[in-house]
Amino acid sequence: MNTVVEPVTGRVHSWDLSTGVDGPGTRFVLFVNGCPLRCLYCANPDTWRMRDGRRATVDEVMAEIEKYRAFVTTAGGGVTVTGGEPLLQPAFTGAVLRRCKQAGLHTALDTSGFLGARATDELLTDTDLVLLDIKSSDARTYRELTGGELTPTLDFATRLDRLGKPMWIRYVLVPGWTDDERAVEGLARFVAGLGSVERVDILPFHKLGAAKYEALGIPFPLRDTPVPDAALVERVRGQFRAHGLAAH
Amino acid sequence: MTATATMTAGPRTAEAWRRFAGTQWRERIDVRDFIQANYTPYEGDAAFLTGPTDRTRAVWEKVSGLFPEERRRGIHDVDAATPSTITSHAPGYIDRDRELIVGLQTDAPLKRAIMPNGGLRTVESGLKAYGYEPDPLVTEIFGTYRKTHNDGVFDAYTPEMRDARRAGIITGLPDAYGRGRIIGDYRRVALYGTDRLIAAKRAERALLDARPSSPDVIRDREELAEQIRALGELAEMADTYGCDVSRPAATAHEAVQWLYLGFLAAVKEQNGAAMSLGRTSTFLDVYLQRDLDEGIIDETRAQELIDDFVVKLRIVRFLRTPEYDALFSGDPTWVTESIGGIGADGRPLVTRTSFRFLQTLYNLGPAPEPNLTVLWSPRLPEGFKRFCAQASIDTSAVQYESDELMRPRTGDDTAIACCVSAMAVGKQMQFFGARVNLAKALLYAVNGGRDEMTGKQIAPETPPLTGEYLDYDELSAAYDRVLDWLAQTYVNALNVIHYMHDKYAYERIEMALHDHPVHRFMACGIASLSVAVDSLSAVKYARVKVFRDATGLAVDFRTEGEFPAYGNNDDRADSLAVGLVESFMEKVRKHPTYRDAEHTQSVLTITSNVVYGKHTGNTPDGRRAGQPFAPGANPMNGRDRHGVAASALSVAKLPYGQARDGISLTTTVTPEGLGHLPEERAGHLVGILDAYMAAGGFHMNVNVLNRAVLEDAMEHPEKYPELTIRVSGYAVNFVRLTREQQLDVISRTFHGSL
Repeated sequence: MNTVVEPVTGRVHSWDLSTGVDGPGTRFVLFVNGCPLRCLYCANPDTWRMRDGRRATVDEVMAEIEKYRAFVTTAGGGVTVTGGEPLLQPAFTGAVLRRCKQAGLHTALDTSGFLGARATDELLTDTDLVLLDIKSSDARTYRELTGGELTPTLDFATRLDRLGKPMWIRYVLVPGWTDDERAVEGLARFVAGLGSVERVDILPFHKLGAAKYEALGIPFPLRDTPVPDAALVERVRGQFRAHGLAAH
Repeated sequence: MTATATMTAGPRTAEAWRRFAGTQWRERIDVRDFIQANYTPYEGDAAFLTGPTDRTRAVWEKVSGLFPEERRRGIHDVDAATPSTITSHAPGYIDRDRELIVGLQTDAPLKRAIMPNGGLRTVESGLKAYGYEPDPLVTEIFGTYRKTHNDGVFDAYTPEMRDARRAGIITGLPDAYGRGRIIGDYRRVALYGTDRLIAAKRAERALLDARPSSPDVIRDREELAEQIRALGELAEMADTYGCDVSRPAATAHEAVQWLYLGFLAAVKEQNGAAMSLGRTSTFLDVYLQRDLDEGIIDETRAQELIDDFVVKLRIVRFLRTPEYDALFSGDPTWVTESIGGIGADGRPLVTRTSFRFLQTLYNLGPAPEPNLTVLWSPRLPEGFKRFCAQASIDTSAVQYESDELMRPRTGDDTAIACCVSAMAVGKQMQFFGARVNLAKALLYAVNGGRDEMTGKQIAPETPPLTGEYLDYDELSAAYDRVLDWLAQTYVNALNVIHYMHDKYAYERIEMALHDHPVHRFMACGIASLSVAVDSLSAVKYARVKVFRDATGLAVDFRTEGEFPAYGNNDDRADSLAVGLVESFMEKVRKHPTYRDAEHTQSVLTITSNVVYGKHTGNTPDGRRAGQPFAPGANPMNGRDRHGVAASALSVAKLPYGQARDGISLTTTVTPEGLGHLPEERAGHLVGILDAYMAAGGFHMNVNVLNRAVLEDAMEHPEKYPELTIRVSGYAVNFVRLTREQQLDVISRTFHGSL
């Protein structure tokens, strides 16, 4: 009797090419489905549930990536796996990252770190850069904002630092939620203690995902929250810079 | 006189050529050899550049101050009574005391001239459109005694050609306007002076003396005689500006001036659709560098000379008709200057003057002309690449074409005519052929050769497709037959046009600045590629139901199911595009051309995608009747869903070898689409250009814009006099586009990352 080995499959939302926003250069960005958090400002509610994703094999994903290998390499980029939360599907994500590395591509993992414990050391070896979204450094705010706990993310950051894994910290700035001066200060201090952080990107909250909420019939919780003004963004950047961090 | 026209260099020539190296270019007309022997590659960054001087500002402000009024009235002024020739008008100035480079098309800035050799009706319609009366004497002469190009063409068109033209399946033909797209090697005027050029032309002509007087030889002799006469007229016109161009230029100032006067003679004589400049910056750099080395000028002066030259190139004007403007919107002149590239020996052809040309976008502000075209190679020096990319981000006024694709075919002295047409300067010219409408042809295939808008039989009658749903094999076979007919009708119409253009509106001075014999291209073209491809894809991969009117004419379609669209790097659709480009080229090649021109084709629409779309019915891809096509080789608006790289890679699959006249891609990205951090964007754009060209991409227009800015500019044009955008191979002032075209630009896919 033949043994049928099931190929590794994942739940995939879509893919896209982007420049200078999901890691260095122009990148193939793979969006996977499923996320354990429910961030109030989430711009991609259509990636929340795993079952909404299309089932795809690693080979299928790699066939698509292969079409862009030369392009993204020449353009100084690579592949970024994002979501959703890629570490909700660690075997699939790990297999994609492994195959990308084997193909000579620069790899990035965009994660909240909430499921950092599921990332094996092998997976991290195949990851050149981690884009770590720290939603807040205050445990209560984190819970209110995401529905999850902060500690796993901080633990993951510490582990990445110990491994010397390059990190870009991403911080979504939402007026009334994540602009508190002391909370920012706390995060900046924590991040400054991580030697492998290369930069900090302050991402001003936007409402471009509102239409998706409407289409899904879900209320957008931050519909009436204003976007941050330039002065606020500069202030927060300044707080990180004061700790010697390259904040943009 | 020998064939090579070797002349003993007199004292004037020896002085002009002091410190220059090389020999071949001294013995015969060979500007490329001169450049290769003398230019200084520059591999640094933009730090050496200087800003505008008060003088430059004063001159530019004086003439640009006339623009708002010109925009309001359509034209600033016109001399309706004097058919333009090289010597027809007295000298004109913007600001005689301040100008460094002199010469205008007429006796005043922005005053347009009439050129009735192309067609009297065109001139009259252009005048009437702007409230001017045609001059009775001009009407009498060109209506009674002197036949025009336009008259000649319509004498020789067949009824079938007229019908195809009227139906809009072949459109934009240069049968009533100057064909343009011929680049005189204006550098020759500076390097050699007209005396030497005339001697060389006489030598070329002498070689024909022993040949039997066949029609071809007679025509060549007559043309050469006209060329010699035109060179004399150029010297005469230059003399009225106090310039003795009979001798070579002896300084950088003279080199810029001489070169410009050569170009000026061309735009005084011809109202060509595109009056491209060539590849002048590195040539001029040799002179500028010599003067800098000799201490005659400093960097500020060097930049001033280029700034002042560019001021002149920005104010080239032609009198055109509203129909022409609808096709080619924004009053373009395609004074295309090709910059950069790599030499056959591997040295970059980038010099400080390559930077100085781009610097004019900052010193004078952004503008659509001259049409600054960078011949891009991943091997260009990093500092130059960055400066180009930054200029694109800041001004959206630069286009890029693959030096790597052109150099093996047309050499390292290639320049772009118009938008995307590669020519070896002074050695090759083209017969511009506008384009055919592939989407309409597809509808003819469905309808047995009847036009979907009028029901009239245009193509030969064949059985229409009668099924409730379109069958791919049946449609393909019918399409192939229609395209056979279209290629034949098209090439034959072009032969008529160019025969008559040579006969009645020959480009004397431009051709005088070419070698004899010249290599000719017959530049055919295709429009609506993406609509045709997506329609075929819909029929192949989904189901397309047909709706017919009472006469059996298919007038609408409904697509059931999904189909892959061109522009997503999906081979299922992209291979259909490749197949269509290859097959139409093959069909075109079957038909002999006038003067044995080499067949080529472009995938380019300029702004005519709007007009062609207006005249084309509903198509099986779901596009509604009248809706604009995508420009050039672009994917259909909004159907490229995976970002700029995926879209570009689809276009890069189109084979340049089967579209040697160029493949145009216009991209629009938001600033954020090039990166979160402004300081990283230029580097990212460099990466995209490198990757696109490495993938075989030929051309990319790069716009870096926000949709909100364009929308605001539609409502408040007065706030955006300089807003420049790239459209299919050239740049325009956004506020000078028609409202329809503005909406078309805004509706196009903006690649931005959310």
